[in-house]
Amino acid sequence: MYNGRPMRMIIANRLNDGRVVFYKAGGGWDIDIAAGAVIEVEAEEAGLFAAAKADEAGCKVVDPQLIDVQVDGGKPRPVAIREAIRAFGPTI
Amino acid sequence: MYRYDEFDRKLVIERANQFERQVKRRLSGELNEDQFRPLRLMNGLYLQLHAYMLRINVPYGTLSSRQLRCFAHVARRYDRGFGHFTTRQNIQYNWIKLEETPALLHELAAVEITGIQSSGNCVRNITSDQYAGCAKDELADPRKYCELLRQYSVLHPEFSYLPRKFKIAVTGSPKDRAAVAVHDIGLRMHRNEQGEIGFEVLVGGGLGRTPWIAHTIRKWIEPEHILSYIESILRVYNLHGRRDNIHKARIKIIVNQMGIDKYRELVEAEWQRIKDSALKVPAEEIERIDRYFAPPAYAKLGDATELLGRQRKASREFDRWLDANTVEHKVPGYRIVNLTLKALGKPPGDIDADTMDAVADLADRYSFGEIRISHRQNLCFVDVRQDQLHELWQALDALGLASPNLDSITDIICCPGLDYCALANARSIPVAMDIRKRFVDVDELADIGELKINISGCMNACGHHHVGHIGILGVDKRNEEFFQLTLGGSSDQNASLGDRLGPGLPQSAVPDAIAAIVERYKSLRSEGERFLDTYRRVGIEPFREAVYGKDSEKAVA
Repeated sequence: MYNGRPMRMIIANRLNDGRVVFYKAGGGWDIDIAAGAVIEVEAEEAGLFAAAKADEAGCKVVDPQLIDVQVDGGKPRPVAIREAIRAFGPTI
Repeated sequence: MYRYDEFDRKLVIERANQFERQVKRRLSGELNEDQFRPLRLMNGLYLQLHAYMLRINVPYGTLSSRQLRCFAHVARRYDRGFGHFTTRQNIQYNWIKLEETPALLHELAAVEITGIQSSGNCVRNITSDQYAGCAKDELADPRKYCELLRQYSVLHPEFSYLPRKFKIAVTGSPKDRAAVAVHDIGLRMHRNEQGEIGFEVLVGGGLGRTPWIAHTIRKWIEPEHILSYIESILRVYNLHGRRDNIHKARIKIIVNQMGIDKYRELVEAEWQRIKDSALKVPAEEIERIDRYFAPPAYAKLGDATELLGRQRKASREFDRWLDANTVEHKVPGYRIVNLTLKALGKPPGDIDADTMDAVADLADRYSFGEIRISHRQNLCFVDVRQDQLHELWQALDALGLASPNLDSITDIICCPGLDYCALANARSIPVAMDIRKRFVDVDELADIGELKINISGCMNACGHHHVGHIGILGVDKRNEEFFQLTLGGSSDQNASLGDRLGPGLPQSAVPDAIAAIVERYKSLRSEGERFLDTYRRVGIEPFREAVYGKDSEKAVA
């Protein structure tokens, strides 16, 4: 939580290979969650998500979504089990 | 085995070319995801949690060694070295790249395999008895009818946009190994007093969030009329099926809302109109297709009773495997061999590329180069000489494919669950693996006997949990995974839906709950009585108490 609201990241699947990717602070996408932008300030969220949606329209990614994350020891981790599995891979 | 004719070949190659162009248009932005999704789904390509998933049809579960080697190649070249066999007798790859899919489909087309209609609101892969053509109790080989239905339903223009997906299964044996009663249409073969073959037609079965056992819509239909009768069922469904609500769109909803008598009336009226149309199948056409399924060149053998007796005496392990994993064949001197894909530490139904190649080699050596996939996510060699069983068992054992656990508590049906599937609510594979780990003593497996566990990671029920003797359904409660148990389900000729045992359990509690159910069963069973029969005799309460304790009444609250 940051100032009473959950921190967020933007997750999507890359169009050409389906890999799970995270939107980076400076634009672009990375398969490593640690490289993704953690959005702490609500005011930044809309702009970053709009940029991510533009990448969807530009055929870079499919279905970008905002997800809640927690940051422990500087490492972000999705709150929902589903998104954690997407971020870190199958558990078996 | 069926081999493609010129029409099949042309169709499959044209379809791969077409999809190649569609992928190019998607990657270039000419198509957006909403436009592209139905096109990729019609070729079996999903976008799952981690990557694209490709589902490939294995028509009625029959595969050649050449095709299995191609699957191994696909696993290595396009995936992460493994594949997953499903309850529709298909194979799925979990790590596919969209940009590589056209090349992959061309490679499959070269061995007469496709993903056409393995997804989407159309007639899916026709499934059947994995022992088709070989089972001792079989009336006739159901595969010729499956193939007829495959040819009829692939790219059928009228049925490419049904209200929802549509699944058909066919059994030629009174012992139903194809789960026909939980299909949209099930065909159950019978023989009449004149010795002729015909089908009982079941309709409106299915699992998912609203499970139903199918109704018999017609007790007898001659083979020449199966296409027209199925077309009549599909037409009534296409007309009356709901397209406004995905959860109410399957035929089972319409049949059960309308009532089977009314549905039958509509179907019969349509059928009277079309039964003598071009859909009437000439006997020569059935015979033509049947020739593709001519029996292999069996040697003239007697049963190897004496040899097997000696081999059994010499090896307790072989003896156990022979009892558990092999089945009587209709031809003397042969036996059907099951290879369960339920090894310790492996996800049910998964198989790696090297093992696929090794299985293909063994099929060539011991079973006329043919492999079958069962809806229980196992493989079979259906034509093994009895005098080669010991040799084959040793080879399978070396591959880790000789666990004597067919239809046992560790022969678990399991969907991919939340580890892979975008629809899932909970992880099913770790639950299956935990149960597998709990029951490692093969003598205990033999003592427990037939006890089928089916696990689904969500209510869509890809793991058929409603018809497991013990069913396990994963649910999400405020971001925690829980598992609801059902007891008494069955997909055989006496199909039934399981009864809910009580509130969901955390994953860590599931193996103990299963062990408690097993112990209670052991204390209640009569001599030789299967778990399912004990359950049907005593009801749910003793098992509820075994899992939830004396206060078990609270468990159902």
